[in-house]
Amino acid sequence: MIKESPRACSTAIQRDIVPAGDYYIQIIKQGQTVRLVDLEGNQAADTLFYSANDPGERYSATDTIREQGNLYLTAGSILKTNENNDLLEIVADTCGRHDTVGGACASESNTVRYDLEKRGMHACRDSWMLAIQEHEEFGLGKADITHNINFFMNVPVTPEGKLTFEDGISAPGKYVELKALMDTIMLISNCPQLNNPCNGYNPTPIEVLIWD
Amino acid sequence: MTLDVINPNAAECRYQTTLNSGQHWSLLVRRDIQMTLTDLSGGSNVGMLLYNPTQLSEKYNAPDTLKCQHTFKLTRGHCLYSDMGRIFCSIIEDTFGWHDTVCGNSHSSHIQARWGARNYQQDRNDWHQNGYDSFLVELAKYNLTRRDMAANLNWFSEVGASDDGQLALKRHSKKDDRVTLRFEMDTLVVLHTCPHPLSEAGHYPRTSVQLELMQSQPMAADDPCLNYCQENQRGFENNSLYHFGLQTLYRSMP
Ligand SMILES: [Zn+2]
Repeated sequence: MIKESPRACSTAIQRDIVPAGDYYIQIIKQGQTVRLVDLEGNQAADTLFYSANDPGERYSATDTIREQGNLYLTAGSILKTNENNDLLEIVADTCGRHDTVGGACASESNTVRYDLEKRGMHACRDSWMLAIQEHEEFGLGKADITHNINFFMNVPVTPEGKLTFEDGISAPGKYVELKALMDTIMLISNCPQLNNPCNGYNPTPIEVLIWD
Repeated sequence: MTLDVINPNAAECRYQTTLNSGQHWSLLVRRDIQMTLTDLSGGSNVGMLLYNPTQLSEKYNAPDTLKCQHTFKLTRGHCLYSDMGRIFCSIIEDTFGWHDTVCGNSHSSHIQARWGARNYQQDRNDWHQNGYDSFLVELAKYNLTRRDMAANLNWFSEVGASDDGQLALKRHSKKDDRVTLRFEMDTLVVLHTCPHPLSEAGHYPRTSVQLELMQSQPMAADDPCLNYCQENQRGFENNSLYHFGLQTLYRSMP
């Protein structure tokens, strides 16, 4: 569902650019709103969320999918934890649909999906691995790197049960906005994938804005 | 429950047990063993998680499994992938045709809302168990916690999606439907027989599933899982590297 935000960029308390292939980790306080902007279009922001007070409680794709009875995320979606609690709500969305089935790219899955020799290529999961190594203060480990959201990605399912990776329905300047319903750690890998159309074979930066 | 304990390596050796609904089970299943699940009653659901027993952080990865094979449903020919690009097991037989791996588990709150609270005092072993707690119990036996829980499989439950993503539990297996998994590496299998989280059955389902283990046949060159797609061929190459089977790994070289 397309829903524009009433928030002006000028009133944000924090603005950051995340280049393609980098990670971004940040605490969003309960009641704060975060906006992710697809600056150049066709980008994928592979994102995980955790309770800041108890990182063992974290975003769960299956709980979210089951509770809303729908595969796609958009304005109005409540993101659920593995304890089936409310973690965040998508309060604005100018893209219309975000994927949470396709998961993140990884060096290991790249060998299967594309070529055994692609293992050396940079991938989202490696960005997350570096993030948890460089930020021990969040208390995250490999077991916490789970099934994520791919903001701006379009992964439709056909009636015959096929999973397809379509060109993005996003475009330059499209955004999604989330309100934190508990203190939340947000961990983004701005996808470096060069092998599929999820980011048009050309990974580009995203912007992160936060409002009180 | 039977097992040829005199000669457990014999090709004809089998183990079989029956799980009623609401149970949980686990076993370290070795490479080259196959597991057949048969729905003895119809209407069953089997939740399943897979781990590498020598490196428990390597676990079943639903997204990689689906996107590597460009599929939303799981059926014969599909392989079940770990997060490390390897194949835990292959689906070598399936009479049902469409198994779910995106809907996860029921929590106790769902079961209570639909069919009443779990109550051992009153119901003994017919109590209303839920999938999430069942996994927690079984995982604790291996020092695993909720942090280690991944998106699970739901055998015998077909969940389809409409154009706009609305999900529906469309079909359960009928009596005698079965699925056979051939294990391609040693795998810790954790499962429960609790209802599918989208089940709207009038009563808490009372079903039974037979679980059978036996030696598998070696994979042939025309194996349907190996040849399902090029991705699976590369997945098996990763397994060969894991097992250090270099003759397979480099079979494409002159
Ligand atoms: Zn990626």
